[in-house]
Amino acid sequence: MNAELKPRATREAYGEALLELGREHDNVVALDADLSGSTMSKFFAAEFPQRFFNVGVAEANMMSIAAGLAVSGKVSYASTFAVFATGRAFDQVRQGICQPNLPVRVCASHGGITVGEDGSSHQSVEDIGLMRMLPNMKVVVPADFNQTYAAVKESYAHAGPMYIRTGRSKLPYIYPEMPAGLGSGADVLRTGNDISIFACGIMVAKALEAAELLAQQGIDAEVVNVSVIKPIDVDTVAASLEKTGCAVTAEEHSIIGGLGDAVGEVAAEYHPVRIGRLGIRDVFGKSGTPEQLLEEFRLTAKHLASLADQVIKSSK
Amino acid sequence: MHPAPVSLDNLEVLDTLGLKKTANQLRQDVVRMTCAAGSGHPGGSLSSADIVTALYFQVMNHRPAEPKWPERDRFILSKGHCAPILYAALANSGYFPVDDLLNLRKIDCHLQGHPDMNKTIGVEISSGSLGQGLSISIGMALAMRLDNLPGHIFTLLGDGESQEGEVWEAAMAAAQYKLDHLTAIVDANGLQIDGFTKDIMNVEPLPAKYEAFGWTARSIDGHDMQQIVEALEWSKTVPGPVAIIAKTVKGKGVSFMENQAGWHGKAPTEEQREQAITELKAEVEALA
Repeated sequence: MNAELKPRATREAYGEALLELGREHDNVVALDADLSGSTMSKFFAAEFPQRFFNVGVAEANMMSIAAGLAVSGKVSYASTFAVFATGRAFDQVRQGICQPNLPVRVCASHGGITVGEDGSSHQSVEDIGLMRMLPNMKVVVPADFNQTYAAVKESYAHAGPMYIRTGRSKLPYIYPEMPAGLGSGADVLRTGNDISIFACGIMVAKALEAAELLAQQGIDAEVVNVSVIKPIDVDTVAASLEKTGCAVTAEEHSIIGGLGDAVGEVAAEYHPVRIGRLGIRDVFGKSGTPEQLLEEFRLTAKHLASLADQVIKSSK
Repeated sequence: MHPAPVSLDNLEVLDTLGLKKTANQLRQDVVRMTCAAGSGHPGGSLSSADIVTALYFQVMNHRPAEPKWPERDRFILSKGHCAPILYAALANSGYFPVDDLLNLRKIDCHLQGHPDMNKTIGVEISSGSLGQGLSISIGMALAMRLDNLPGHIFTLLGDGESQEGEVWEAAMAAAQYKLDHLTAIVDANGLQIDGFTKDIMNVEPLPAKYEAFGWTARSIDGHDMQQIVEALEWSKTVPGPVAIIAKTVKGKGVSFMENQAGWHGKAPTEEQREQAITELKAEVEALA
């Protein structure tokens, strides 16, 4: 992590990268459902009003229109809050975008509980699972501003549909230098031999903190940023599991269907080991400040380190 | 205010005999293919046969040998369960062999139970989950406007399908975006799976609803070829989106299927197929 760079939200990176894509490619179009000031599609909207479509409060309509644009030679970037993009418009994403395998990027901001005070109606803890279930869908959860920017820029060339989850809160930099892209989607940020910590999104910074806490106890943790939840980088995940022999996962999402399950599936098929899953434990969110909620739902470095310690003790 | 029907005053008399014969052929194909499949949706396929015939064999500018021709008009089957009539039109237009029709819904055939754009040549977009086609058509129309392409988009919906909320989200958006190149045709056969649409969840008056949403709307007899062609051609000249509410009979052309909800999604037996084909052949002979 880099303390010198001022923390920025991943949704801001989305807005800036989308604008840049618009400047580079005439066939990039963007859509929003009355949240362009929050999703940050507003930058694109201001510069390319002819290629921006604000459909109003109608997420289902937005996804189908995005599909119609995509089947006609455009690359569609459709943004709204994660809870509406995936839940409200699930069938449109499924039938209109994923089944025909169209180049639509479902760009969902406000993922997870750090939406904060708005409460459970606006806190998406199911979106990764919903999107991961859909054939053809690539699922991306970047960890900081720069990785989000790179992911959005890189997404232009992807042939099929993609889900990109960003967040509301400002995050520290994992990548002080702009990465070329997402690479394999599983980036080993810190090597270690005692346990693998697989994290995505806001939990990557906390995983690095947890590794420091564990190091103070003499535990040598490996930290892997899994930014592409699907298709997951099986080789990197399985190799890390084989090396360390146990793992924890950390995500701002339900423990059902998300990163924890994705890593668990790799373990079950390639290298079965004990895995602790840190995430929302099958409950809805609630109102509070992001910091209060992270503490309440135990999405902290301290809790992650504690879970890792327990997993190591119970598996060795 | 109920919009007036299409005026036929200035219409040149169209030779509709050939189109009527083609529609009859497509109906026979629908009967044969659903019988061979042992399942499928003959009712709505038969009610929309004249509309689909008018589009593929008269009104639409398309090239079966060049399915992705950028300047083509596009047909979007929003009521995807009526795939048999779409497949019959595509096959008889030359997109793929007519013989394929008898393999509808079979494991190794490209003709899926509901349209799949990546399996069947000529299918513009996958459909089958109702209520999405009009929204997708808006996306296509916006893209074609950005690219200065001339094509017109004809989207076929069901009246039962019009119970889906997304249809009205799309109706709002098409008017907002002033889409000149979009025509929605509602195959208003008055029936849906569980019975009469007016009894289950009334959608009428559809012309007034579309007018209220900012469209130009007209009602026609969906089995009068002259009226159908006239209305479709007229729709291309009207600024903004146009809705054509085509009053039809579900199962049209096969006596025992007509106006029966039970034939929404049921295949004829071989005996029923023979009776249906006999009736349809008698009809086409009467035409000549």
